Formats: sequence, structure tokens, C-alpha cells
Amino acid sequence: MDDVVQETPRVRTLQLAVPDWPGHRAGQHLDVRLTAEDGYQAQRSYSIASAPEQELAITVERLEDGEVSPYLVEELRPGDEIELRGPIGGYFVWEDGDNRPVLLVAGGAGIVPLMAMIRHRVAAGSTAPFRLLYSSRTIGDVIYREELELLVADDPGLEVFHTLTREQPAGWDGYARRIDEDMLREVAFPAGDGPAVYICGSTRFVDAAADGLVALGYDPLTIKTERFGATGG
Amino acid sequence: MRVEDMRLDGNAVGGVFADLFGLEMTDQMTVCASCGAHEVVACLEVYVCSPGTVVRCRHCHAVMMCIVEGRNRTWLDVSGVATLELRR
Repeated sequence: MDDVVQETPRVRTLQLAVPDWPGHRAGQHLDVRLTAEDGYQAQRSYSIASAPEQELAITVERLEDGEVSPYLVEELRPGDEIELRGPIGGYFVWEDGDNRPVLLVAGGAGIVPLMAMIRHRVAAGSTAPFRLLYSSRTIGDVIYREELELLVADDPGLEVFHTLTREQPAGWDGYARRIDEDMLREVAFPAGDGPAVYICGSTRFVDAAADGLVALGYDPLTIKTERFGATGG
Repeated sequence: MRVEDMRLDGNAVGGVFADLFGLEMTDQMTVCASCGAHEVVACLEVYVCSPGTVVRCRHCHAVMMCIVEGRNRTWLDVSGVATLELRR
């Protein structure tokens, strides 16, 4: 691990220098394995945050009862070594040759693999229209907030819609509730445009977003999902 | 927390399957032995909250695979899979 970015109080990005890294695709993940002195091993999956064009990075949210994430978020220092397996995933990936409109729907740390897709779109010079609907609890929990603002200001092909479900700052003009069918109707490309969809978040979040899009006429086969556990990380 | 909230998807077994099969497995096609549904591994239901990992059909919810990792060995029960297509 060669550098750290504190994204929010509970979330850190770890830049990883892997000498024989074979490269990755936007949306893939990797497994981190920690081994204690007594041989006990714990392993968890983390989404890759960086574009294929960038140095490998993962973004990790600290889960209170986690075995691995508290170590990665609070203990790991630049120069420390961790054991990785990956890249993993051939389904939840976006390639820059795909020119369909792309709808990204993120719940909390589910933004991470979707951010890799956004960064890949920029780095590869893709003109595929991207829309991101990103649900967070509070403004302080929004990961990559500044980078997203800068990208949107610079690029009419990228639109970002935030919803804050728990607490909103004064003057907030975004959404202020959990994702529902009305919100999806306002944000999503019309189903007839044939968009590709990537949804990442907790199981409950992913199911709600996918069900809402199917109700709007989206073909279930165009909706790709990735769920992560709310505990155990 | 409801059991339903602990349901993940087949992306969660991509790493162990890559080790076992030597292939990227999340986009490989499976056929459920119980109901015959075709689905890629990434779209199966996965529960990791038990001593082993349980993979179920997303359509009929029958158990398709169980994976138990021990020290230096892995037990893989695929009795609920009719076909696993391995594209290289």
C-alpha cells in the first residue's frame, strides 16, 4: 500500500502498488486476505475504485463489527503489505466501446465500482451519456463528492443526482428520501433509449432500485447488479 | 437483520471460483438442476453467513452449490447444478 486518501470519516481509499498486477476492468473487485499471527485468516471483497488507466486503488468503508475493514481503514500504513486475489468479475463491468447510455445507481459505498466506470469513461474519452443516481445518508457520507462536482462541471455527458436519506444541509436542492419509482422516473433514461444499468449497494437497496426500473419498463436483462453485505466486512 | 438482507449475489464467489476453476466465473452460465433456469453465476443468490457459502437459484431458490473452505482444502457440492458452462 503506498498512499491513503481519507474520503469520509468512515471511508478510506488505499492506493496499491502491485508489481505483477495484470490490469483490471471497470467494475471488478478483488479479495483482501489478512492472516493473524496464530494463522487465523479473514477475507473480504472490495471493489476497485480506479479506472484501468490509473494506479490500482480500492475504497473501503469501516463496518463497526467488521473483521477486515477496521484494519484497512484505521491501521494499515503506507509501506505495509496485504495479500490480494484478483481482479475478479466478468459480469459487472463496463467497457468504453459500449456507447449505450449508462444509468448508474449507487447506495452508499456502492458508488465505488461505479466510480471506476465514470473514471474509465473520462480516461478513455468515451462519449456514452452517463447518469448517476447516488443515495447517501448525509452530505458528509458522500464519497468522491468534490471529484464528481468537478467532473460534472466539465462534461455535459455526465449527470449526477444525489439523494440524502437521513439528514440534509440547509438549502439542499437534491432529493431527500430513499430511492423510489418516482425518483427513478425523473432521473433514468427512457427505457426506449436502451440504456445499460449498473446498480450497486446493499441487498435491500439493489432490490428496490432494480424493481423500480423494471416497473418503468426496463428489460431485466439490461440491469446488472452487485450486492454487498451490510455486516461482516 | 432479516435473512433476506444477508443475501448477496454470485459476484461474491468470483474469487473462490477463480481459484478453483482457474477461470473468471461470474459471467459463466449455469443451469439449475431443480427448475432448469439458465442464469450466469453473478445472478445467483449467495449466502455467506453460514459456516460455508451457499449458492441458490434466484428463480426457485433451490440450493445449487455449497462451498466450504478449510485449511489447504475446499469442499465443493454442486449437486444442485445440472450444467455449468465453462467458456475459456
